Amino acid sequence: MKILVCISKAPDTTTKISFTDGDTKFDESGVKYIVNPYDEWYALVRGLELKEAHGGSVTTVTVGTAEDDATIRKALAIGADDATRINVKPEDASQVAAEIAAYAKEGAYDLVLLGKETIDYNGSQVGGMIAEHLDMPFISLAEKLDVDGTTATLDKEITGGVQTVEAELPLVVSCAKGMAEQRIPNMRGIMAARKKPLNVVEPTNAAKQTSFVKYALPAPKSAVKLIDPNNMDELVELLHNEAKVI
Amino acid sequence: MSVLVYINSNGEKIAKNAFEAVTYSKKIGDVTVVTNGKADDSMLAQLGKYGASKVLVDRSFEGIDEQQITRLVATAAENVGAETIVFSNDLIGKAVAPRLSVKLSAGLVAGATGVPQEDGTIPVNVFSGKAHGFVKVNTDKKIIALLPNSIQPEETGADAAVEEFNGNAGDSRVTVKETKLPEGDIPLPEAELVVSGGRGLKGPENWNLITDLATELGAATACSRPVADSDWRPHHEHVGQTGVAIRPNLYIAAGISGAIQHLAGVNGSKTIVVINTDDEAPFFKAADYGVVGDAFEVLPKLTEAVKKFKASN
Repeated sequence: MKILVCISKAPDTTTKISFTDGDTKFDESGVKYIVNPYDEWYALVRGLELKEAHGGSVTTVTVGTAEDDATIRKALAIGADDATRINVKPEDASQVAAEIAAYAKEGAYDLVLLGKETIDYNGSQVGGMIAEHLDMPFISLAEKLDVDGTTATLDKEITGGVQTVEAELPLVVSCAKGMAEQRIPNMRGIMAARKKPLNVVEPTNAAKQTSFVKYALPAPKSAVKLIDPNNMDELVELLHNEAKVI
Repeated sequence: MSVLVYINSNGEKIAKNAFEAVTYSKKIGDVTVVTNGKADDSMLAQLGKYGASKVLVDRSFEGIDEQQITRLVATAAENVGAETIVFSNDLIGKAVAPRLSVKLSAGLVAGATGVPQEDGTIPVNVFSGKAHGFVKVNTDKKIIALLPNSIQPEETGADAAVEEFNGNAGDSRVTVKETKLPEGDIPLPEAELVVSGGRGLKGPENWNLITDLATELGAATACSRPVADSDWRPHHEHVGQTGVAIRPNLYIAAGISGAIQHLAGVNGSKTIVVINTDDEAPFFKAADYGVVGDAFEVLPKLTEAVKKFKASN
């Protein structure tokens, strides 16, 4: 089975967010980047588990500049066989999806896996866009993925519950919590990752259909109003009359 | 401007986020709704009250197959000459809107939190709710996926005309084997009131403190990441940066310290109540109302107070 896992970098979850250049750019100074958790914990690890069970290969693909190589090496250390970086700064989901789809078309992959969203722009867009480019079904927010021959069985989150679905490969799957357990790379994996192929390919220069033109931080909260733990009637009264939420 | 809204009408009633999407679209232009499934005409006609002038319904397929819905919406968009297409950014919108964006070469604004600004940009949440971004669409056609609970539905008009429509949806390549919808649960991303518990609750056997209050309020239940990771509660209840991001009217957090990752998932909430024994807990800085006390004592008292309030109102 040939598996392609889309890997994106994202600011560490503890990052304090600020902006520069008149609030038009994310301030990257001092920001520590990690592999986007959904891509790493669920998409990559489940891809590796499927390879271990059925044979085949796991390739990662990233749209990014040389600055992304450290996060790509982390994915290799966890166990991917090889990596491709499409050499362009990712600025918009439509651009990223078009670049990955153009690359994936050449590879005849059985599965294209990615996290359900990145934790910076939270768009949940790239998976569905790749699927449309490749004319493959898109299973979104999958919590479980098994493959038997050429048939995949998946559990996916739907409003208010879970649906079990079946589809023929090839597929694009966005992966959510429950899909796999996080793997911590060991020293051998980290050493091996240095020697694994990281191929850099040139972009198709896909158009960007949207642009972020400015940013703002939420208005600061006013000070908390403390309520006596023995006076919950007062809290209920405030929620009703002041906050007007009940 | 012609605006097309896709809504899902497979359920027993039309969900609130559908009314939100129609209300939102009415603020942009003339609204046509397209839907599929089994909803009867009188149910669909009420979308007119929120601003739809016409409802197109394709009864040739039920379900939520994202390729079929993409083809249906594309056909309808051409039929009505839509310049803007609106979805609710729920689980269906998240699967369909990106596909449609590629099919129509229309820029997608995912997770919009408000109407287009004077400069034409559309506000969205970024960095898991830690900031706002303003998105410009570079294509002629636009797709906007509206974050649930971002605006209140407004009733302004009368019933809409409902027309049968053939959307050339084609076949599904995905077979549904089983659908599990736990009864009575309120879906978390759309809930207006949420009661949430953290490690301070000490174990799953104490969760009746949370569920009792939730039942009394008619609220959904949620939890912090350590609680979901310990399997005290199901994963889909985990709110935070790596779980679900929610923006209810009221979020009550008991026994949750308020790590930055948790706050990212809930700071869009209109009102936040924090119950914690530690008056230094960072969550108090993000709270509107705070109770410094033991959740084991405070929660039952709050449940009683809500019961009393409900009885007298």
